[in-house]
Amino acid sequence: MSEIQIPDALRYSKEDEWVRAEGDRATIGVTDYAQQQLGDIVFIELPEVGRQIEAGEPFGVIESVKAVSDLFAPIGGEIVEVNQGLTEGPEAVNEDCYGDGWMIVVAPSDSGAIEALLDASAYGTHCQEREDQG
Amino acid sequence: MKRNASRGLAYEEDLLFELSRPGRRGADTPAYDIPRVDVEDLLGGLLRDDVAALPEVSEVDVVRHFTRMSTWNAAVDLGLYPLGSCTMKYNPKVNERVARLPGFSHAHPMAPAVDNQGLLGLCFELEQWLAEISGMDRVTLQPAAGAQGELAGIMMIRAYHEQRGDTRRQKVLVPDSAHGTNPASAALNGYDIVAVPSGEDGILHPEAVAERMTDEIAALMITNPNTLGLFESHIAELCDVVHAGGGLVYGDGANLNALLGVSRPGDMGIDVMHYNLHKTFSTPHGGGGPGAGPVGIKASLAPYLPTPVVEQGPDGFFWNHDLPDSIGRLHGNHGNVGMLVRAYTYILALGAEGLRRSTDLAVLNANYLLACLREHYHVPIDRPVMHECIVSDRGLAETGITTMDVAKRLIDHGYHPPTIYFPLIVAGAMMIEPTESESLEGLDRFVEALVEIADEARTDPETVRTAPHHTRHRRLDETRAARKPILRWQPPTEPA
Repeated sequence: MSEIQIPDALRYSKEDEWVRAEGDRATIGVTDYAQQQLGDIVFIELPEVGRQIEAGEPFGVIESVKAVSDLFAPIGGEIVEVNQGLTEGPEAVNEDCYGDGWMIVVAPSDSGAIEALLDASAYGTHCQEREDQG
Repeated sequence: MKRNASRGLAYEEDLLFELSRPGRRGADTPAYDIPRVDVEDLLGGLLRDDVAALPEVSEVDVVRHFTRMSTWNAAVDLGLYPLGSCTMKYNPKVNERVARLPGFSHAHPMAPAVDNQGLLGLCFELEQWLAEISGMDRVTLQPAAGAQGELAGIMMIRAYHEQRGDTRRQKVLVPDSAHGTNPASAALNGYDIVAVPSGEDGILHPEAVAERMTDEIAALMITNPNTLGLFESHIAELCDVVHAGGGLVYGDGANLNALLGVSRPGDMGIDVMHYNLHKTFSTPHGGGGPGAGPVGIKASLAPYLPTPVVEQGPDGFFWNHDLPDSIGRLHGNHGNVGMLVRAYTYILALGAEGLRRSTDLAVLNANYLLACLREHYHVPIDRPVMHECIVSDRGLAETGITTMDVAKRLIDHGYHPPTIYFPLIVAGAMMIEPTESESLEGLDRFVEALVEIADEARTDPETVRTAPHHTRHRRLDETRAARKPILRWQPPTEPA
């Protein structure tokens, strides 16, 4: 497994989603660790704009050549934008998970929720622990 | 070492559509000796105005086409087929012989019961045998495979709760090691899924279930032994917790091959379970015939059985359609009856002692493989297993060789790969189920192949990474096939 990229500026969930706060919006995607674990991603199902999501609840599905997983919302809020490009080009998540591979933009229902997520160093430790456990 | 797989005659084959030539046909029809009717007049606007573009081929074209393609198959008749959780045991040929007896193979499902007493008697007896083997009270033979069995079982659980006016129960507990069909069957019945994490030791603990057991839980679905090949040793207590909370326990019978004659799901506290006749009871998987997934239940669920059920009266065996609370019919006629005949034959041929011995050997074989492989592959949960064992690619991490590469390289050694990347809770899992069919020499050869691949991963990783090399086609681009699937043949577009 190649080295895992964990940008300092983002917040992370234990379920391997990242959150980027930008004013009253938050962009969400899956981490480099997640995309490396999943392998080649072949299908992504995302929700409709306007839907309310709850923290910890599934908001979509990601399928790779190895497995199918739920995508868990790291924070709650209303979905204001969805990356439609992933329907035709799910490989963007493998190629650029923190950039073109973004999944949804949310208007957070609780602005404090993002701060409560893991920072890069805590998330890095979380990944390392799982590597050690196998 | 001599490899099993080698380049023999390798035919390429076009699609039947590509073999098609206008006007070519496989049969002559005699001249009409009945009055012609005007089809257009009968069907009016429903008559299609172009002819369906079906392939036009001769009989020999079709026979060669399918016979050639049949030589592309890996099959249990060609070699060890260690697909974990699928119990790819040898299918004895006596099963085929018995299924072809005219009294069975020519029986018509709509014939009056009096003309089908032999087949009905077989169904009646098979029900009783399956019930006795598993400790259940009644069995329906109707479901066509395991997943439909699960559907039937969960429908009966829903009917049971609803009949009691207990409509709050809208959730089903499913362990994180479960087969994907478990949550799918529950969801198809309108239930929400609550995942239950397995313990560090790979099995389910009563506290994890108790924490989640509320009056909204309709059932726990559990596979024992579980998909890690481990016996759920807390099963009795798990069932007690669910029963005390007013729920029922569904037992996925996928791994029943580990229990025959040793322990019975009914005695563990399971209320409903399915049997995969195509796994445990040696009927063919897939191409050799359809599956069959009978469902066993405790007496409290008997009113909800799918109709009809075979019963014995003063005039012999008959189909009883009179179950007012039944969940209804699940299959045309009486299920995949040919499979029932084969399973019946298998049970009759082995007898109680033979069934027990098949389980003993299946478990012994899996533990033997684990013991031989432990030095060469990472073993994520190193405990004595039941009928299957799991190793992973973790020990090969520095070589860059993954489970997928090992699986592909195994094909060059003449083996169908094991189940890979499942269960999901083990990264890079290879789930190996040898079944009782393999001899010691057969197991040793398989171990040699896996050991050779582990060594090769270190000495010549490129060969492993680009495997298979002995097959008709080299490694296929599975990613592209999944991202851009071609789902049907399209006729070439004619230039305008």
